[in-house]
Amino acid sequence: MAIDVVITDVVKRFGETTALDGISAHILGGRLTGVVGPDGAGKTTLMRCLAALMLPTAGSIALCGHDVASEPGIVHELTGYMPQRFGLYEDLSVMQNMQLYADLRNLDAGPDGELFARLLHFTGLEPFSGRLAGALSGGMKQKLGLACALMARPQVLLLDEPSVGVDPVSRQDLWRMVQELVAAGMAVVWSTAYLDEAQSCQDVLLLNHGKIVYAGAPEDLTARLRGRSYLMRDICGNRREALTRGLQLPSVRDGVIQGASVRLVLAENTPADEITSLAAQYEATLVQTPPRFEDAFIDLLGGGPGGVSSIAERMEPIESRQGVMVRCHELTRRFGEFTATDKVSFDVRQGEILGLLGPNGAGKSTTFKMLCGLLKPTSGLAEVVGLDLRHSPGKAKIQLGYMAQKFSLYGLLSVRQNLDFFAGVYGLKRALRKERVREMIALFELEPMLDVSPDDMPLGFKQRLALACALMHRPKVLFLDEPTSGVDPITRREFWTHITGLVGKGVTVLVTTHFMEEAEYCDRVALVNRGQLIALNTPDQLKAMVTDQDTPDPTMEQAFIRLIERQNALEDGKEQAA
Amino acid sequence: MKRLVALVRKESYQVLRDPAALLITFVLPPILLFLFAFAVSLDVKDVKVGVVLESDGTQARELAASFAATPYLKVTPVRHRNEVESKLVSGELAAIAVIPSDFEARLLEGQGGAAIQIIADASNPNTSTFTAAYLQGAFANWMSSEGMGGSGAAGIQLQQRFWFNAELESRRTLVPGAIAVVMTMIGTLLTALVVSREWERGTMEALLATPATLGEIILSKLLPYFVLGFVATAGCAFLAVQVLGLPMVGSFPALMLISAIFLVPALGQGLLISTVSKNQFMAAQLAVMTGYLPSFLLSGFLFEIQSMPWVIQKITYLIPARYFVSSLQTVFLAGDVWPLFLRDIASMLAVGALFFGITRLKSKRRLD
Repeated sequence: MAIDVVITDVVKRFGETTALDGISAHILGGRLTGVVGPDGAGKTTLMRCLAALMLPTAGSIALCGHDVASEPGIVHELTGYMPQRFGLYEDLSVMQNMQLYADLRNLDAGPDGELFARLLHFTGLEPFSGRLAGALSGGMKQKLGLACALMARPQVLLLDEPSVGVDPVSRQDLWRMVQELVAAGMAVVWSTAYLDEAQSCQDVLLLNHGKIVYAGAPEDLTARLRGRSYLMRDICGNRREALTRGLQLPSVRDGVIQGASVRLVLAENTPADEITSLAAQYEATLVQTPPRFEDAFIDLLGGGPGGVSSIAERMEPIESRQGVMVRCHELTRRFGEFTATDKVSFDVRQGEILGLLGPNGAGKSTTFKMLCGLLKPTSGLAEVVGLDLRHSPGKAKIQLGYMAQKFSLYGLLSVRQNLDFFAGVYGLKRALRKERVREMIALFELEPMLDVSPDDMPLGFKQRLALACALMHRPKVLFLDEPTSGVDPITRREFWTHITGLVGKGVTVLVTTHFMEEAEYCDRVALVNRGQLIALNTPDQLKAMVTDQDTPDPTMEQAFIRLIERQNALEDGKEQAA
Repeated sequence: MKRLVALVRKESYQVLRDPAALLITFVLPPILLFLFAFAVSLDVKDVKVGVVLESDGTQARELAASFAATPYLKVTPVRHRNEVESKLVSGELAAIAVIPSDFEARLLEGQGGAAIQIIADASNPNTSTFTAAYLQGAFANWMSSEGMGGSGAAGIQLQQRFWFNAELESRRTLVPGAIAVVMTMIGTLLTALVVSREWERGTMEALLATPATLGEIILSKLLPYFVLGFVATAGCAFLAVQVLGLPMVGSFPALMLISAIFLVPALGQGLLISTVSKNQFMAAQLAVMTGYLPSFLLSGFLFEIQSMPWVIQKITYLIPARYFVSSLQTVFLAGDVWPLFLRDIASMLAVGALFFGITRLKSKRRLD
C-alpha cells in the first residue's frame, strides 16, 4: 500500500501555546484516516499543515514525496481541501462556485462537460445547480464543498470537521460518497469530534493536547476495552439517579445514559462487584456489551467526569408541582408561503427532558424559538408554566432560562461583568443580584476566570458560564439550543451531569440537538421533519419503531434516519399520486 | 491567466449581487454631489441681523435701508437695542448693528470716532467674521455713495476680482471635493471590506488551498473595483457638468487620468487595511478613520491646509485625497495645468507604492 503522507516530528507553536507537539504519522492511500480528538486538541492545525496553509515550527511533512514547506505549489495541486465552513461563496450559484474552483485549478471544464456532470451526479446536486450557495441547506453546502474540493481528482482529500452542524441524513450521504473515493484509491483525511464517525474510519489518529495518543485501527483501540463495558437494563426507578450513583463508584471509569438503560465502563482490571450490587438495588439486569470506540476514547483520556453536579447539589429543589410545564397546541409559524412549523402539539411535564430533533431546516429552531417567546406564532397556543406566551410574554420569560447556540456571551465583557449583566437583565433586585452572582461564581468554580473574557476561555468553561447565566433567576424551565455542538465528549458528559442534576431538582428541560447520543439522555424525543411532528416517544420506543430483521438493535441515529426517510418517501409518494 | 480571469469573474458576480457595493457606486455619488451642490454651502447668505435705528435723521434712515437692501443680510429693524439683545443671546440673530441717536453728529465729526456699533455672536467664529465684514462692507459702500468714502484719498477705487471662481460660489470647489470622497469610499472602503469578508467567511482558506497565487488573488480584488471607481468618477463628472452646471475648464481625459491614478493609492490603502484586520467590522472602522474622514477633513476640500497646525499639515502629505482634490479643483476651475498634475500624480503614486509595499510585506500565502 502506498504511503501518501509522511508526518515527521511536527511541532507547531503559536506564540506561547503549542498546538502540535511532536506528531509523527503515516497516512495511506486508499484508506480513510480519521483525525480525532477533543476540542482544541490540534486537529484543525494539523489539517492546515497538511494542506500547506501553515508551516510547521519544527519537523516536516511530505505529501506524495513533496515537502509541504518547500513545495507548497505542488502540494496545492495534489490536495483537495475542504475547510470547516466549506469555503463556498454564498452569493454565487452552485455552478459558479464549481466553475471558479475548476478554473483555479486550470481545468478545462464547464457546465456542459463530463467532469461537472459527474460531480453533480455524485453529490446529488443536479437539481440545484442554478441555486445560490447561500440558499442551500447545511447538508447540501457540505456536498458542494466536497464537489469543489474534488475538482482536480486530488491524491489526498482533506476534510476539516465536515459534519459539524449537519444532520444525520446528510452525514450518511457524505459518508457514502467518501467511501467511494477511498475505494478508488484516494487518501482521505477526515477530522471530527464525532466518535461514531471515528469508529467507522479505517485508521484513526487520536490527538490530545497536541500529541498523538493513539494511531491505528479504531477496532484495535476498542478491543482493549473488551469485557469492561456493561449495560444496566430494565431499571426500576430513576435511571438518571442510577447513573449518578454509578459514576460515583471507584471502579467505574465512565458512564452514559442510553435510552432506558445506563452504560457503564469499568476501570482496568476491576471486578464488576460494585456495579452488580448497584444493578441489584435498581432491580436491573446487568449485561456485558461490546465496547464502543467512545468508551475507549474516554478511557484513554483519563475517564469521564464524576457523577455529581456541584451546581444542582446546592440548588434548592423547585417546590411547585404543576404537572405540565410547557404546552403547545397546533403551533404554526409561516414565513410568507413557507410553513416552518405546521400544527405542532405536545406537552412537557415537570422534571422531564424533552429532545427536539430533526434534519437541518426541519423547523425545530422555529418551534423552539416560539416556545421560549423569541418568535410570535402565526397561530396556535404556546404556554410556559401555564402562562400564554402571546398574552404575558414578560411573565413567562421570567420562568424560563435560555441557553443559546454558541452560548451568546459578551466577549468584550469579563466573566464577572457577564454574570452581572444577565442578573440585571432578569430584573433581580440589587441585594439578590449580588448574592446570586456570588453563588454562581462559587457553584461553577469561576473564581480563577473572573477577569478573563469568555472568548479566551476553554469551551468547557464557556459552557458553564452560559449555563450559570441562564440559571441566575432560578428558572423552572430550561431551554437549551444545541448546547454541546462542537464540544468534545468529556465536556459534553460534564454538561449533562449538571443537567441531570438540575432535572433531579425538578427543573424541566427542552433541548435541540444533532447529537444522537444526547437524544439518549432525553425522556422523550420529538422528531420534526418538514415542519411537522412525525414522532414523539421515548428513545427506546423510537428505536423499536424501526427494528427489523436486518437491524435487530438499531442505534438512535439509525432510528432517526429511517423515520425521516420513511416520512419523506410517504409524502413524495402522495405528491406523485396527486 | 485563466485563474485570474476566473477570480475576476467571480468578484464581478459578487459585486453585482452585493447591494452595498452597488449603493456606494451608483446611489451614493449623486446623493453626495447634490448634497454638496445645494445643501452644504460655505457662502454666508441671508444672515439674520438686527438693525437698531436709534436716530431719526435722514442719513441714519438711508443707512438702515441700505443694510436691508444687502442680499447677504436679512434685517430685523427695531428702535431699541433691548428689543434685539435677547435675540442675539438666544442665537436668533447673528449680529446687531446699532445706528446711535447721535449718528449724524458723529459722522460730521468723522476721523476716528466710530459712527455705528456692530455686535456679533462669535460662538460661531466663521459666520461672525463674515457677518461683521458684510455689515462693515455695507456701511463702507453707503459711505462712499454718500461721498464720504475713506479719509478723502480722492480718486483711488479698489476693484476686487476673483480668479477661477469669479462668483465665489463654494459649490464649484465642493463638487470636485465630493468626487474625491466618493472615490475614496469605493477604492478604500469597498476593497477593505471585500478582502476581510473572504477571511471572515472562511473562503480565503479555501482559495489559499488551491494553486492560485497571492498576486492573482490580490489583483482579482483590485481590477473590479478599479472599474467601479472609474465608472463612478465618469458618472460624477457628467452629473457635475451636465446637471449641476459646473464649468469644466480642463479636459475630460485629464480628469480620467488623474482619477485613475488616484485609485492606485486608494485601492492600496483598502488592501493594506484588509491585510491588517481580518474582520469586516474592524476593516470598516479603519477605512472610515483613515480613508473617508481624512478625505473630508485633511484633503483641503473643506478646510484650507495652509491654515492647519504644522503637524497636521505634515500628516496631510500622506493623504492621497489631498493631491486628488488639488488636481480635481484645478481641472474643473483652472484648466489642464500639467506641471501641477504631474506633481500630484507623482505624489499619489508614491503614497500608493508605500501602501502596496507594506501590504506585500505583511501578507503571506499561509494562515499562520
